[in-house]
Amino acid sequence: MMGVQQPAQAELLNIYYYLKLTRGLEQRVITLYRQGKIVGGVYLGTGEEAIAVGSAAALEPNDVIAPTHRDLGANLMKGITPKEYMAQYLAKQTGITRGRDGNVHFGDIRRGIIGFISPMADLLPVAAGVALTFKLRRERRVVAAFFGDGASSRGDFHEALNFAAVLKLPVVFICHNNQYAYSTPLSRQMAIEHVADRAKAYGMPGITVDGNDVLAVRDAVAEAVARARAGDGPSLVEGKTMRMRGHAEHDDASYVPPALLEEWRARDPIDRFTAYLRDQKVLDDASAKAIDDRIAKEIEEAVLFAESSPLPDTKDLLEGVYAA
Amino acid sequence: MEITYLEAIRQALWEEMERDKRVFMLGEDIGVYGGAFKVTKGLLEKFGPERVIDTPLSESAFVGAAIGAALMGMRPVVEMQFSDFIACAFDQIVNMAAKHHYRIGEPIPLVIRAPYGGGIHAGPFHSQCPEAWFFHVAGLKLVAPSTPADAKGLLKAAIRDPNPVIYFEHKYLYRHIKGEVPDSDTIVPIGQAEVKRPGSTVSVITYGAMLQHSLAAAERLLSEGIDLEVVDLRTLQPLDMATIASSVKKTGRVMVVHEAPKTGGIGGEIAARIAEELFQYLDAPIVRVAAPHTPVPFSPVLEEAYLPNPDTIAGKARELAGF
Repeated sequence: MMGVQQPAQAELLNIYYYLKLTRGLEQRVITLYRQGKIVGGVYLGTGEEAIAVGSAAALEPNDVIAPTHRDLGANLMKGITPKEYMAQYLAKQTGITRGRDGNVHFGDIRRGIIGFISPMADLLPVAAGVALTFKLRRERRVVAAFFGDGASSRGDFHEALNFAAVLKLPVVFICHNNQYAYSTPLSRQMAIEHVADRAKAYGMPGITVDGNDVLAVRDAVAEAVARARAGDGPSLVEGKTMRMRGHAEHDDASYVPPALLEEWRARDPIDRFTAYLRDQKVLDDASAKAIDDRIAKEIEEAVLFAESSPLPDTKDLLEGVYAA
Repeated sequence: MEITYLEAIRQALWEEMERDKRVFMLGEDIGVYGGAFKVTKGLLEKFGPERVIDTPLSESAFVGAAIGAALMGMRPVVEMQFSDFIACAFDQIVNMAAKHHYRIGEPIPLVIRAPYGGGIHAGPFHSQCPEAWFFHVAGLKLVAPSTPADAKGLLKAAIRDPNPVIYFEHKYLYRHIKGEVPDSDTIVPIGQAEVKRPGSTVSVITYGAMLQHSLAAAERLLSEGIDLEVVDLRTLQPLDMATIASSVKKTGRVMVVHEAPKTGGIGGEIAARIAEELFQYLDAPIVRVAAPHTPVPFSPVLEEAYLPNPDTIAGKARELAGF
């Protein structure tokens, strides 16, 4: 890829760490959910971790993300800690939103994270506005705005991409094309094959990559980020992937053909990246165990922290409707 | 010097943009064209295309973008060409902007200018009063000035407020009324109603273009010995219940007058709160004067029959005074 630096060993191991941390945290949340400890729904990015992590790996520290509910990896890379993530799932005062909102609905603009909300594609215009601010202030910062195949059917997707292209804003729109929007398959979502084909209509580059190849995602996003940072406007990067669980954990996804899941299971992004790192001699049994042990410890500390944290105080119920 | 309501809005925009470099504007046809009503005329020439940004026809995109800019510490002011089109940005306003501070604790200092109201023969999609759509949603502030001085002072307050504020500017008033506006940097605080005409017989609680009609009704009734007290809400959310209460305690008779349809209108909430909190001060049932539950009709004869006017207000006030 033109102008994209190849990752050094430390960066490769960092990507490995965040892929595994994401998978590990989400697996732990499934267990807590089955134990009845989670309040509300559980929204996972299982099988799609490479899109979140690969994209975030292509950003500078002061860039901003607009995540979806399948982008825990990007949130972690922007500084969300396992402890506050777990506390968020348990609706505790120490959660990112102090119990005001649940599960994956959180954000912190100081850490470069626009708070996710449920209506799909809503964050895309907001991301364009953050990018507009960078442009007006002459700051060489970029926004990575994530969305799914289903969200690309919404008006806000169209409005945001068109707006960003017309105003030539430094934003990269990143699609998790994970084949299903809740129970609706791609064939009922759009009459085209690639979400990236839509980029042409907005006058921006559209690239389709293997979304389960974390380095392919990283490279494609890095090139789009470089373009945005240079003042050349937005791009659309589509990662082809598969949602390996239900829309949320209550959903057994029985509408997904098992053969399709099997096909994608063989392409698991973390297994593939692990094999690559071992092949490249970046990772061996000892270093893999060291990272995995560290992650296991962080996850258990996070669960302990969340379980021992206080619930929100009901005396604060009415506070904060308005900013003072 | 007396200036129009429209000129007062433009002055506020001009002065706030001079005062604070973070203030900028987004909207359709606001730059080169100067806005559908020419409110922003001259601002592009003065402040340049990076602070007066003509956008594609995308209400949801430019409101969403303004939310993003506000999140980054800018002070965006967006213009809805007509408040009717605010429906196209409803989701961004009620789901994104309104709830953000409560959820995440980050302020969204955003102003949405919403030209609203009828009386200009513009039909169902250029005449609505959509304030009640937003009154129900926690996290938004709603203002609706009815004089040039309030238009200027409230817009300045809205731009300086750290919350999403929908600024309802009445299209009929743009060029129909003139008034003195303080030269200095005068702010009309959000959340404060004002008694525009003191009286003793009946409290008329109103806002927007209905203020002028209520004042006209008051003049007509004076010779009949009926003395209306006219309370201009100015801010609809949060409601100034203290000013409402002191007027109710004074007169014991209340009517709420608004241009929006009576069904589900803000008048219902005001009436309910008076009934809940001030029942012991009432000498008569609470009365509402408002538009019927229909779209705003186009033909002038139909629209005149639809809108409350000084006659209908005076008629109801007379009944109430005699109760």
